[in-house]
Amino acid sequence: MKVKLKVWRQKDRNSPGEFKTYESPALNENMSFLEMLDVVNEELANKGEEPIAFDHDCREGICGTCSCVINGKPHGPHRGVATCQTYMRSFKDGDTIVVEPFRAKAFPIIKDLVVDRKALDRIQFAGGFISVRTGSAPDANSIPVPKENADLAMDAAQCIQCGACVAACKNASAMLFVAAKVSHLGLLPQGQPERYKRVKAMVAQMDAEGFGACTVTGSCEAVCPKEISLDFIARMNRDYAVALLKGDPKPISGGGAG
Amino acid sequence: MATLNSNVPSGPIAQKWEQYKFNTKLINPANKRKYKIIVVGAGLAGSSAAATLAELGYEVHNFVFHDSPRRAHSVAAQGGINAAKNYQNDGDSVRRLFYDTIKGGDFRAREANVHRLAEVSVNIIDQCVAQGVPFAREYGGLLDNRSFGGAQVSRTFYARGQTGQQLLLGAYSALAKMIGAGAVKSYTHAEMLDLVVVDGHAKGIIVRNLQTGEITRHNADAVVLATGGYGNVYNLSTYARGSNATAIWRAYKRGACFGNPCYTQIHPTCIPVSGDYQSKLTLMSESLRNDGRVWVPKKKEDCKKRPQDIPEEDRDYYLERMYSAFGNLAPRDIASRAAKMVCDEGRGIGETGLGVYLDFADAIQRLGESKVRERYGNLFAMYHEITNEDAYRTPMRIYPAVHYTMGGLWVDYNLMSNLPGLFVLGEANFSDHGANRLGASALMQGLSDGYFVLPATISGYLASQNPGKRPKTDHESFKEAEENVQNITKKLLNNKGKRTPASFHKQLGKIMWEYCGMARNKAGLEKGIKEIAALREEYWKNVNVLGGAGEWNQQLENAGRIADFLELGELMCRDALHREESCGGHFREEYQYTKDDPEVQQGLVNPGDVKRRDDAFAYVAAWEYAGSVDKAPILNKEPLVYEEVHMSTRSYK
Amino acid sequence: MSIVTGILKSSLGKKYIMAGTGALLLLFVIGHLIGNLQVFGPPELINNYAHFLQSKPVLVWSARLGLLVILVAHVTTAVQLAAMNRAARPVTYAPTENVSYGAKWASRYMLLSGLVVLAFIIYHLAHFTALVPGINGAEDFRKLRTVMHGQSVPDVYGMMIIGFQVWWVSLFYLIAQGLLFMHLQHGVSSAFQSFGFRNHVWWPRIETLTKIVTIAIFIGYALIPTAIYMRVVGADYADKVRAELKQDGTVSPAESPAAGKETH
Repeated sequence: MKVKLKVWRQKDRNSPGEFKTYESPALNENMSFLEMLDVVNEELANKGEEPIAFDHDCREGICGTCSCVINGKPHGPHRGVATCQTYMRSFKDGDTIVVEPFRAKAFPIIKDLVVDRKALDRIQFAGGFISVRTGSAPDANSIPVPKENADLAMDAAQCIQCGACVAACKNASAMLFVAAKVSHLGLLPQGQPERYKRVKAMVAQMDAEGFGACTVTGSCEAVCPKEISLDFIARMNRDYAVALLKGDPKPISGGGAG
Repeated sequence: MATLNSNVPSGPIAQKWEQYKFNTKLINPANKRKYKIIVVGAGLAGSSAAATLAELGYEVHNFVFHDSPRRAHSVAAQGGINAAKNYQNDGDSVRRLFYDTIKGGDFRAREANVHRLAEVSVNIIDQCVAQGVPFAREYGGLLDNRSFGGAQVSRTFYARGQTGQQLLLGAYSALAKMIGAGAVKSYTHAEMLDLVVVDGHAKGIIVRNLQTGEITRHNADAVVLATGGYGNVYNLSTYARGSNATAIWRAYKRGACFGNPCYTQIHPTCIPVSGDYQSKLTLMSESLRNDGRVWVPKKKEDCKKRPQDIPEEDRDYYLERMYSAFGNLAPRDIASRAAKMVCDEGRGIGETGLGVYLDFADAIQRLGESKVRERYGNLFAMYHEITNEDAYRTPMRIYPAVHYTMGGLWVDYNLMSNLPGLFVLGEANFSDHGANRLGASALMQGLSDGYFVLPATISGYLASQNPGKRPKTDHESFKEAEENVQNITKKLLNNKGKRTPASFHKQLGKIMWEYCGMARNKAGLEKGIKEIAALREEYWKNVNVLGGAGEWNQQLENAGRIADFLELGELMCRDALHREESCGGHFREEYQYTKDDPEVQQGLVNPGDVKRRDDAFAYVAAWEYAGSVDKAPILNKEPLVYEEVHMSTRSYK
Repeated sequence: MSIVTGILKSSLGKKYIMAGTGALLLLFVIGHLIGNLQVFGPPELINNYAHFLQSKPVLVWSARLGLLVILVAHVTTAVQLAAMNRAARPVTYAPTENVSYGAKWASRYMLLSGLVVLAFIIYHLAHFTALVPGINGAEDFRKLRTVMHGQSVPDVYGMMIIGFQVWWVSLFYLIAQGLLFMHLQHGVSSAFQSFGFRNHVWWPRIETLTKIVTIAIFIGYALIPTAIYMRVVGADYADKVRAELKQDGTVSPAESPAAGKETH
């Protein structure tokens, strides 16, 4: 099979970009989408043209690095997979495939299809953790966790931080990502002490990064490679409301000299 | 010659680590902040080390080539993490985990390190649970375990098929906390391209910013490399495409010894290669072997038939036949080699003939499809996505693939290399797995090194250093190292040859797989060494790298990494050639059991199993750079002394 | 951070405002519908209701003021959110056939449907509350008055009947109600989401409830102009009023048909 690629090319952050069209060489339908890009790139390089820059690493759908928007849909046509798990058998011979980078103000383009998703990390740095010093943990079985809570926490914890939710959302909202993090830790007993502090800190950082709000369109859930549910956004909304109602903690009173 | 001192503390094995911690020098809390430590890599070992060192009060700088510290390939580990918790009451203990790991590594690991690993394993689980790692649980709310290849107890903790991801996210969250607190400075898209050695001590690194191409110098009181394994020498592997050996290789070229480079692990359950365009082999978790049965047709002529058309009596469940005690759960090296053996006999399945079946029909009948779906649903879905086949209806096709490298930079008991101040953690070091790693032990080692071992051992070195006298980045050695990096970049960009870097990588991979893969022999290895040297020569004449140095340039990044692979591949062949024995993942065809050996007659092993030569090769081969790629590297030996366990024939029958 | 800044400044807080004001507006929409459905009774039923409201000016005006505040909060927050959302996604994707995966149509056009409904509300207020002549396509509604309990009051029944007999008015009302239906269909369930009342058990129930409520509202509202335009309701009454208007340009309170026992 052969396809025509309409790819976004952009030299760097500040240059304007444009679509360029390439004819692929003969392809095998068992190739992955990224392998198809490899093959196209080899051909470009052999012609002395600069290869298409695209992000990728593990190529098994778990590292969250790959990030293309394929025919208008982040991570391509299938549900529950990342771009790297998209195979050419999903396309027809002669198809034109439009490939674009994730688009959001919070994700500046580095080059071609590569975007900077550091904003998601900064949300994590703001509060996406349980403060536990190494060595201070009690025995692992001293805290029973109901299986359904552990399973639900795992559903949320599967997030691969690819940012497809942001890319898919018409508002470039990062709610599904933040909600997954907040829910994962908030569902577990270990996460309770910082539950409300965490949600406030992470939401504040999310807003500061310039992501949009949630209109509950559900497009994030539809493209999430881990099919993380919108239910978690509700959970975050609830936690945030409770956090606001609780207010900030009382400042530590001066106890005098010890 | 390098001086190799393992620095293993004296005393009974179970007390060594306790005694060591008591004896080691500490740094008082007020002084810790004066010490600056560079940690390269943020996989399990790197992020856990960076976070823990920062918690202790050191100034930590963390470097990753990824866009985020959470992308490292630890994230892809599926099956689980071992720990001697004995929550299942099935007879597990620290001692048993220690013994299993030593035996699993075919008696080629350092005893004291392995015992420490087994001791610390229990703390790792506590730590991870406290961080919020959502391990699988039973209905009572307590942790669940499963059994894993090479063990007869259930000591593996898991989080569905994504244990590595969850553990990495736990370590990443610890790191995130410290980055958020300003205690760790995180550099992303920052690739280490050289190690700076001042007066024999590792005191800094040279880094390229992948977004801008800017080269920067970074000094420190100690440098920690946690940069993972080097299996991408083979081009096709289960590694991430970005995984590379550049950090450890350039440290090697600065004087750090490389331990046992030929010890590579070939994982038995991967999806077979489908074509020449392939960039990546996908692992199907070893946990599948808990319920799947491995077989090939007994008769060659059945190989092209549909599996459901081959009657039960014409199937050869060869692992169950050859290793009755462990059956389908035989360790990875053994299962892989058995697959190769049946395929070499012409009984392999699939289009290429390089494949065996992993069949769930029995499990589906026994447990019901829904139970199988619950256990392995995501793996079956992944298999379906890649192959377009439904493993609930037809058996999976699997074949071994390069998965892990047991070898790595040589380190002592402190995890410090022979270059003082250079610490090496996780898969990047050579230490704990000997010649073969057991399933679910890599995660254990990475986290053990990062959370518990390095934070305790690094103070011993730092106490001997004066942080006020840390070499500045204008020191001659920094200048020289930066120039070295600039030169490599210039050389690659100015070469203007005819071939892409990737084409060389493919070719190198084929040479390595052919001559230094699952089975090796003298003639092949000698041929491999020659071919690699020739390929390397061609590389520097004929490689073509487009674009510039001062921009995002993925081809340039790769070209540098491939240049290193072209050197490392040769060292691996040299090591494999010199090790005239078979052990674990290193199988030399000349050294295998035959039906005439007494061990075979006693029923301990099968003909074709690996045959160790403890008299001549019970040592770690630590290779030292001779100053030029064209000079043969220098072999240093660290003898392996077994005080606690008896080196015996490794039997899984 | 105080709860007020938390609500006013954060993206989540703004959604609470949308959901909260939306819920109050929904209650009004339901109440208003129940009031209006009285048009299907005898004329004095709804006129009596109008009289009741008129006799409680404090109640009516505080309700109007409250509604105005709620509406303004709903609309301004919506506009703020829209601006924020647009800023977050300055560049759109190339058009492909694939645009609306996952997202329901209603959810993608909330601002648009909301703004059209807002325009309708303004028209509706001018139409039946301010009684601006010249926009109703019929008589001057200010002239339509009747006597209830001895007091001269606007003939609401007459206005509705005469008003909806104009085809384009009825059509405009139907379109607006369709958009309101669409807006509510997404808005009602989303309000639950914004306040966090959702999990895998309750979400399907909330969606069903939303469907039932919004369809009921739509049918209820759509029935009024439809039935009147189709002359199922109040046609004789309208003819009478028109005839009277033609006669002397005004309808005298004493002669108001509404004062008698009109039956159909």
